Amino acid sequence: MNARLLADDSSRPRLAPHRRLQFDKMREIWTVQAPERAFVLDETAHAIVSRCNREATIETIVDDLCRVYDGAPRDAVAADVLKLVQDFLDKGVMTL
Amino acid sequence: MALLAELTHRCPLQCPYCSNPLDLERASVELETEEWLRVLREAADLGCMQVHFSGGEPTARRDLEALVEGANQAGLYTNLITSGVLLDEARIARLVRAGLQHVQLSFQDSQADNANRIAGFAGHAKKLETAVQIRAAGLPLTANFVVHRQNLDRLDSMIDLALGLGAERSEIAHVQYYGWALRNRAAFMPTREQLERATATVEAARARLEGVMVIDYVVPDYYAKRPKACMGGWGRRFLNVTPSGKVLPCHAAESITGLAFENVRDRPLAEIWDSSDAFNRFRGTDWMPELCRSCARAEIDWGGCRCQAFALTGDAARTDPACALSPDHALVVEAAAAESSLPAGDFAYRNFAPQALRS
Repeated sequence: MNARLLADDSSRPRLAPHRRLQFDKMREIWTVQAPERAFVLDETAHAIVSRCNREATIETIVDDLCRVYDGAPRDAVAADVLKLVQDFLDKGVMTL
Repeated sequence: MALLAELTHRCPLQCPYCSNPLDLERASVELETEEWLRVLREAADLGCMQVHFSGGEPTARRDLEALVEGANQAGLYTNLITSGVLLDEARIARLVRAGLQHVQLSFQDSQADNANRIAGFAGHAKKLETAVQIRAAGLPLTANFVVHRQNLDRLDSMIDLALGLGAERSEIAHVQYYGWALRNRAAFMPTREQLERATATVEAARARLEGVMVIDYVVPDYYAKRPKACMGGWGRRFLNVTPSGKVLPCHAAESITGLAFENVRDRPLAEIWDSSDAFNRFRGTDWMPELCRSCARAEIDWGGCRCQAFALTGDAARTDPACALSPDHALVVEAAAAESSLPAGDFAYRNFAPQALRS
């Protein structure tokens, strides 16, 4: 039986099989398409999800985002990333 | 936006709460493969992101693989909504190769005898096999249970069944009373106590299974205070194409007499979506009675369900009687109380109307 996956700094998240990042050209927004539902990504969420490539750890994703969004407090970025990844793990959108 | 592609109304099962219309479309009027492929491309161009291949039983169409492949090429995310009784390992493998992303498999109960009785078809054991094959092929599985007074007391074991099959998601939907289900309402209406127990069971399971299985729960609106935002609002983000190519704002819309539906054989999908009378009739808020238009929830529930308003009051432009503010609300309250307190009556299986004999 499945068990709940929990993310931490060393986790390497990725989209679960058969989920995909897709641009909605009519509404001009990024989405994740998943079974029977779609998740709309704002700019921050897209920046996070597009870096979840099974190679990067949450720690390196946070480092990268702090570099790109110069001046963003690291603690806040780390909390955002962990929260989104855990939420998507719980919804079956991501896996580790 | 999403397209519900009802590929056929043919189905080995005869579930008495089927969402298909009472007047089923026959194989001879079904769209050809090339026509469906064009509809899929037009849907993607119109802004649809997902297609749900449904029926009837969509796997009764031999060209399903070609349609899944065409949908995939058009950029649509593909869902298959099936009873599973016609699938086998080889066909599932072909569907995966064609680009299928997800399967929603229906169960009528967790107990085989009752499941087979409700379906009017001894398919429960086969469904269990199919579920295993779907998971073995690496596809995400949703186990779908339609619940009602004749199976609700086994809700816990239905959730366990979904878990045991490796479903990532389970959809537990109370019967919605249109078409076949409305005809058979007295056989399926739960009591308020049954509903409350079921809701508590779902809430407990959701807490227990966080991160393991997602449970979507659709409540029966006869016991609701506010109507559901049917289809997310008429003509806003959903369209249904019937086996013969009629384009509907909702799969039950044909129950509203006096609405004319256009066909993809006559006009491009985008034109039908933008300018057909059927799509514009209840789009937005202008059509609403004052009660709805002045309501803070006008753009949350969009006035509820047009088919239900029509079925219960004879006027599709009235407030959905499921809303406690509706002057017709007593219709649903009284029906639910009266019908659920009597022994469950007989039901009529979903079937094609008898055809006139040919000489």
